[in-house]
Amino acid sequence: MSKHHVSTTINGEPTEFLCEPQLTLLDVLRDELHLTGSKEGCSSGDCGACSVLVDGRLVCSCLMLAVEVEGHAIETIEGLARGKDLHPLQRKFLEHAALQCGFCTPGVLIAAKALLDRNPNPTETEARYWFAGNLCRCTGYDKIIRAVLDAAAELRGERASG
Amino acid sequence: MLDYTAPSTVEEAIRILAEASGTAKVLSGGTDLLVQLRSGRSKPDVIVDIKKIPGMSGIRERDGAFVIGAATPGAVIGECEALKRVWPGVVEAANLIGSTQVQGRASLAGNLCNASPAADSVPALIAARAICVVVGANGRREVPVESIPTGPGRTSLKPDEFIVEFHLPKRPPRSADAYLRFIPRTEMDIAVVGAGISVTLDPGGLCIDARVVLGAVAPTAILVPDAAAALIGHTLDETALAALDQAVRRACKPIDDKRGTIEYRTKVAGVIARRAAAIAYERAGKCR
Repeated sequence: MSKHHVSTTINGEPTEFLCEPQLTLLDVLRDELHLTGSKEGCSSGDCGACSVLVDGRLVCSCLMLAVEVEGHAIETIEGLARGKDLHPLQRKFLEHAALQCGFCTPGVLIAAKALLDRNPNPTETEARYWFAGNLCRCTGYDKIIRAVLDAAAELRGERASG
Repeated sequence: MLDYTAPSTVEEAIRILAEASGTAKVLSGGTDLLVQLRSGRSKPDVIVDIKKIPGMSGIRERDGAFVIGAATPGAVIGECEALKRVWPGVVEAANLIGSTQVQGRASLAGNLCNASPAADSVPALIAARAICVVVGANGRREVPVESIPTGPGRTSLKPDEFIVEFHLPKRPPRSADAYLRFIPRTEMDIAVVGAGISVTLDPGGLCIDARVVLGAVAPTAILVPDAAAALIGHTLDETALAALDQAVRRACKPIDDKRGTIEYRTKVAGVIARRAAAIAYERAGKCR
């Protein structure tokens, strides 16, 4: 089977890889590039554990062929923190205990970043609809929503709510 | 052995489709196709990604009419304020497909050619009198959206054909559309029933043109001229709504499945059509 050569940017780093055409972006991120933060939950676009940004747009990496990212910029959970400095969303998730098993968390954080990049001041309802494609079996979502809204307030420069 | 190719022109894509030795699948957003590849339901020999062809993604306005590229993601459609003002029903229908993540990829052409009877954007497009531009080895043809799906998972497209764009016509004054679906939750589900309705009112609020289209109650989305006739010549009064409800229920030929029984779907179709009509009338009344 002929492999395709793909040039892309991942978390700001120019990256090249070879892949078979049937592999998904998630397959290549995890198995080829060893970026295992993005998780494989359902592989049908229902759970959101594999969420990444492609040119700033939130997508399921299980619903894209790896060959499709030629020339596009990918952001994954590995690019969220700056070295040892956690992104405000990551800090707020810890503060609010917005995770238990953590399997959904990378996808939720990437979805949260996409939300706040677009809408720095979402209502609770907007946030809940935005996360309809991110399933979490541990938290019941309340803590996730609180953490995201608190991170949004901090990023807007408002006093973080107690 | 799967192969992948991303041609940069329509002509090249047609040639690849026409010359493919096995099954070729056209890829736009891929949110249905990738799931089918994974499950083994679809086993193409070659995938033809049309997104590298200029014009496949994006929305253009021309003298009040709109052209939507076949592979334009739902999220882009939802961000187009001009389109939302003129065709709010088409936009809300397209934006109901899947999650935020799915909206980042899913396209109108994919929703149409996947040919699910429950596809959300299809009733709204048909109600809008949307035309799709189909290209193939025999040239280019413009056909109404309703001529594409022929049954669950089946379309009228030939193996060498694909859709390049959708045309939405210019609107007369006091025109608007609406799409509503019923699902037993608020997000991330497949329509039990869907209704797309487009109306044009006269200055007095009397309906002078209407299109009523139902989804998920027949093998394909269905245009219901009797239901439109129930609205034309009337304001949004109880007589017109009752006649609409009745015409809609008469047109339903649903299946019994886990999402709803025949009786349930038929009854809900009438209710959803009434509500969609009310939204379309209200919007049209606000449009000068």
